[in-house]
This record gives sequence, structure tokens and C-alpha cells, in this order.
Amino acid sequence: MSKLEIKQELSSAEAEQFAAGSLLTVEHLSVADVAAILASAARLERMSAAERVRLLAGRTIALLFYESSTRTRTSFELAAKSLGATTTLVSDKSSSIEKGESLKDTGLTLRALGAEAIILRHPSSGAPELLARVTGLPVLNAGDGMHQHPTQALLDLRTMLLRLGKDAGTVDAKTLDGITVVITGDIRHSRVARSNAQLLPRLGARVILCGPPELLPEDALGLGAGIEIVRDFDRALAQADVAMMLRIQKERLAGVDLDLSEYVARYQLSSQRLAAQASQALVLHPGPIIRGLEITGEVADCAQSAIEEQVAQGLVIRRAVLVRALGVKA
Amino acid sequence: MSEILIINGRLIDPADNIDQPRDLLLRDGRVAAVEKPGALSGVASAECIDATGLVVAPGLIDVHVHLREPGQTHKETIATGTAAAAAGGFTSVVAMPNTTPVNDSVQSLCWMLDAARGSVVKLFAMPAATFASRGEEITDFHKLVQAGAVGFTDDGRPVLEDEVMRAALIAAAQLGVPISQHAEDTRLTGGCSMNAGPVAFRLGLRGMSVEAESQIVERDIRLLREIERVERVRPHLHVQHVSTSRALHEIRRAKQQGLHVTCEAAPHHFTLTDEAIGAYNTNVKMNPPLRAEGDRRALIDAIADGTVDCIATDHAPHASHEKEVEFERAANGITGLETALGLALRVLHRQHGLPLARILALMSQHPASIIRQKNRGTLRVDSFADVVLFDAASEWTFDASASRSKSRNTPFDGAAILGRVHTTICEGRVVYRT
Repeated sequence: MSKLEIKQELSSAEAEQFAAGSLLTVEHLSVADVAAILASAARLERMSAAERVRLLAGRTIALLFYESSTRTRTSFELAAKSLGATTTLVSDKSSSIEKGESLKDTGLTLRALGAEAIILRHPSSGAPELLARVTGLPVLNAGDGMHQHPTQALLDLRTMLLRLGKDAGTVDAKTLDGITVVITGDIRHSRVARSNAQLLPRLGARVILCGPPELLPEDALGLGAGIEIVRDFDRALAQADVAMMLRIQKERLAGVDLDLSEYVARYQLSSQRLAAQASQALVLHPGPIIRGLEITGEVADCAQSAIEEQVAQGLVIRRAVLVRALGVKA
Repeated sequence: MSEILIINGRLIDPADNIDQPRDLLLRDGRVAAVEKPGALSGVASAECIDATGLVVAPGLIDVHVHLREPGQTHKETIATGTAAAAAGGFTSVVAMPNTTPVNDSVQSLCWMLDAARGSVVKLFAMPAATFASRGEEITDFHKLVQAGAVGFTDDGRPVLEDEVMRAALIAAAQLGVPISQHAEDTRLTGGCSMNAGPVAFRLGLRGMSVEAESQIVERDIRLLREIERVERVRPHLHVQHVSTSRALHEIRRAKQQGLHVTCEAAPHHFTLTDEAIGAYNTNVKMNPPLRAEGDRRALIDAIADGTVDCIATDHAPHASHEKEVEFERAANGITGLETALGLALRVLHRQHGLPLARILALMSQHPASIIRQKNRGTLRVDSFADVVLFDAASEWTFDASASRSKSRNTPFDGAAILGRVHTTICEGRVVYRT
């Protein structure tokens, strides 16, 4: 027996089985899983509203939000309602969470009230794993700390496929061959960056991470294969088919000393920069956008930008993962 | 007069360089005789234990346990924690002071050491180095040593201020006891819940840097050097649960320079890496955290080359509700008394070829010397009758639900380990038997 095998045997932390239909991270999502979700999303989109609303009729889905959210919460809720499900929203404010109720007890309470799946947003990385473990329910991760935001990566993928003129109904390991995606900004604190950087190379894309060392440590290379770091934004942008910009997460910046005017000078996506380096590239941003900081208003609103389309695709993708969570064939 | 005769065993006493078939006679709480097999057959003992196939060794000594009493008895009590110790082959443990209230007075120390607490094995304690472990003003070392303190520590917290640490080292040196330091620069680890590096990045958790440990070790060694030169006393610094290659390097160099530095290694640090956190398993969260493979290998090398003096568990029981929470909010620490020997044998002996006698020295002779107990950690005639009998070849699966500890927070539930404790004897009394 090799030393590695012995080491693993001594730890009981082997890959854990969570309820089927859970979506906690893109890390364990196979290319076939991704293809199935995209196919389902496409089928659901083609359906009439009247057909869709029958799919989850009589089913109950809870949204549990410990962090503020506009896009993700609304699109999950609208997606669930468009499928006919009954939804209930619990947020950390205005619930017993304020009185100190634990995540475990909150989850058990929602289960006791009939929730068949829980959509969770939480500021602590790994909270969805905990909730899935203690409730045994399918849990959909709507963003956990600095860890993962799987539906964002899936909706980004669908937006890219549509804008790049590819079939948005399926993928394989070569779908994004020859495509370079540059993700720029506060990678350190970004769950969106982690999910995209793990998902896209599996479909053939080359991912370049770009940002200053304070916001992009070398450790990011450990996310997986097919990832590079380029510090110079112009040099990175010149290679981009897709330029994904990220917000500086002031709420998570603890201890990081950042000169914002210097950051803007070096990393802001402006019209001049876009025209000079990547005049054909698709511009993405998961939102919320801080116009004038990581991206100018002109770029956000320009024809190359698919930022609003990303939001719309959020609805499409979230329908598919909800149907998957409740084990319904679309 | 009570007597126990242990026959047919393989007696290993690293302090006396013995690894031979020997019979052992215990009488009135002391070792009465160590003789060649059969030589004690004339003794009419009240009890005779046949140790055929077993190793007979000095009872194990753990210089770093958390027994949680007073104040945190939902996690552990002195009675349950020491019962777990006995089941793990330990006959002496040293209780850390981070109880509620902090053990920083003669009164609390005496209360803790009182027989009424029901300790199953010999209980020692290291009281707090500073009042309430606030790191500001050192406690009354003199009176506490008179009352039985075997050293001082603010474990769980480091003594950060240079002047306070200097005062503590000098005061302890004058009394001939160690200062045991949890080496963590807490100014660098706020909000951190695991080791810094690629795994932390992937999991989206803030990581503790290697430097947060090594810089405190470097600082403490610098203080030792200054004190030796200026004050003409020789302080003893004991570095707890060393987890990084860099800190081990500093300790190795300080030892070569003749400074009195000792250190301990925890079984989880030589067994697992930060990869074991998996899907945020909070039973793999402790402080210092599990490190990268390079640090784990450096720790094993340092155990092999003698840089590491002893194995200590940092047994840290917590109730399930303190662990079944978000990873960042989960309590630090794991239980360890019942798995320490099994992991040491599996990883250090079987996997890395350390002789049994070396492992036993790391778990009995050396820790006895760190806490200045000349009559423990050996089976020499007249020493305390602290003995462990174990089957070094027995492979078994640890079952946390069968633990004597009040808590179940271990990553080794269901893990295959090596070496099973058969009988533990403390001062001539059988305190554990399979």
C-alpha cells in the first residue's frame, strides 16, 4: 500500500454523499452533469408557461438567505414560481436566526414545515455542505462565503455559449476549445471566480486570472488545471474572448490594504482599454456592478456587454437546477 | 500490601535501554522488581497478568490535555477525560489551564488536583502563565509550584508581549519548570480557520500562515538567548504542538546552540494534512491547523532526528453542537487520548520505521523529563508502578461512539489504527482493562 493510501485511510473525510440533486459546488460536477443541466434548461425554455407551471406544482422550496441578494434571490424565486412550486423566504433578519437559532435548527425547521429543497446563501464557506448534511435534503448553493456560486458559473456558461454562437443545449470536454476567459479583479474573495475557474477549463476553455497579488494570491493556481495568472491587465485582455470583471468586495476586504485609484488605473475595464485590447471580446460581470470602479458605465452598457443577459439566463439555469433538485424530468 | 506480577511480556523501558523479555513485579504502587522470565515465579502475588504477546512499557504521559473542568463539563470532566486517558494507555496527563475560570490561582489548582475530582490517572496541571491568560501580568509562580504546578502556559493563547514572556521565562527558570507556549501570532490569524495555502483558497477559508507559528518560536528563542546571557539563569521553553517545517527548523537550530528548548508533536499533525478537511469536516479543525504535506513530512523527520521531544495529544473535547456549525464558527480541537498510541504506531513505526522503543520514549520517558518527574516514564525499580500493556501488532478500527471521553469530536472515527491497549496500571492500580 502506498503512503498516500495509508494517509487517506486514516482520515474519515472521504467524499461524502449528499442528497441527489444537491448543487453545492461545481467541483464534483461532471461534464455529463453540466450537459444534462444545460439540456434541461433548453427544454424548459422551449416549453410554454402553462406546461412549465405544472412541473413543480404542489412542491415546496425554501429560500434561506443569510446575505443580501438581488439577482440570485429573485431569479431563484421567480424560477421556482414559474415551475409552480410554493416558495418561502427566510432571511437572517426578521427570523429566529436573529435570536441565535443555528443553521442546523433552521434547516430542520424548514424540513419539518415541508421544504423539499433549500436554496441557501450564506457568508460562511461550506455552510451549504453543513445544511445538506444535517437535513438530508437537496441543497442548492446560492453563494457561500468565498467558496462557490455554482448557478452563477452555469448561467455564465450558458450566456457565453449563446453569445459565441454555440449550441447552448449541450457541452462536452471540447466545447470551449480555443476560448480564453479572462477573470479580473477581486479573485481572492470571489466565489464566482472559483466556480468559473473550476468549471470552464473542464469544457476546454483556457482561464486567465488577472489582478494584483493582494486580490489574487498564487494559491489560486491550486483550483485546478487549465488556469494561469497574468498580472498585467492589458496583456491578459489582449488574449480574451471573454472578459469577466469582478467587484471589489469591500465587505470581505479585512486586512487587505488597497489603493483604489491605483487599482482603477491598472485594472478598470474602460472603453479605451476594451477597444485597444479586446474589441471583439464578450464582457461579463456577475453583479453587482460598481460603475466607475472595476468597469466604466459605458462598457457595462455597450454592445459587447452581456451583463443583463446574464441575469436573464439566471432564471433559465435556476429552473433547470430546481427541477433537478426535486428529481423531476423536464 | 498489594502486588501485581506481569509475566511473559516484552518489556520496553527506553530510559534503561531495555527491550527484552522480562517479568515485572509491582508492589504498593512502585516497581519492585524487573527480572528475567521466570525469575519472579516464587512471588505469591495477589494478581498475575500473563502478558504473552504484549509489550510491557512505562505508562504513557501526555503533557497537553484539556479536561474542561471546572466550567465546561458539558465537554469533558476530569473523571471522563482521565478515563479516556487510561483507555489510551496514559497514566499521567497534564491539564491545560483554559478552563472556566482560568486556572491561575493556588485555589483553582488545588481544586483541580483534589482527589474528589475523580481522576483515574495521575493528574498534573500547568496553570496559566498570566492572570486569566490575558497575557498581561504573570501569576504567582512560586506559590503555584509549591502547590504542584509542573509548568506554566497560556495555552490556546500565546504570551505575545516580549516583556511578559521574558518575565515568565525568568520566573519559571528560577523554579526549574518550563514555560509551555502555544506559538501563534494571533495578530496574524484573525478570522482564520485553517492552514493558509491552495486548499484554503479552494475552500474559500482564510488561512493561518506558517509565519504566524514560526515567528513566535523565533521570538521566544531570541528571548531565551538574551536571558541566558544577561540573567544567568537557564529557562526552559517548551513549544506546544509544532506544526510547521519552519518552526521545527528554528527549534533544531536552538537545540544545536545548547538552548533549553523542547517541543511536542500531535498525532493529527503527523498523520493528516489540510486536505483531510474534505467537505468542511469540523472534526478536522484544530489550532494549529493541519498543514501541507511538506510540513507533515518535516514533522516526521523532526520526530525521527530527535528535534521533537515528545508526542502530546492536545486532547480537546467539544460537544456536538459546538462542532455541528459553520466551519469558521466551529470550536478548535479534537479528542486524542484514545488514538494517540495507535496513530503513532501506525504512522511512525509501521510506515516510517521508527523503533517501538523510540515511540515509547516520545510518549513516556521524554514527557516525564519535560515535567521533571524522575520516578515516572520508566520501569526502573522504585519508580511509580505506571505501566501499559499493549498488543503492538493488533490492527483495529477506532469507534468514537465507544470512547470514554464525553465528546466524540475526532476525525479518526472508523479509522484503522495499530496497537491495542490491553491493560493500564497507574501507581499499582489497574485503571483500564480490555
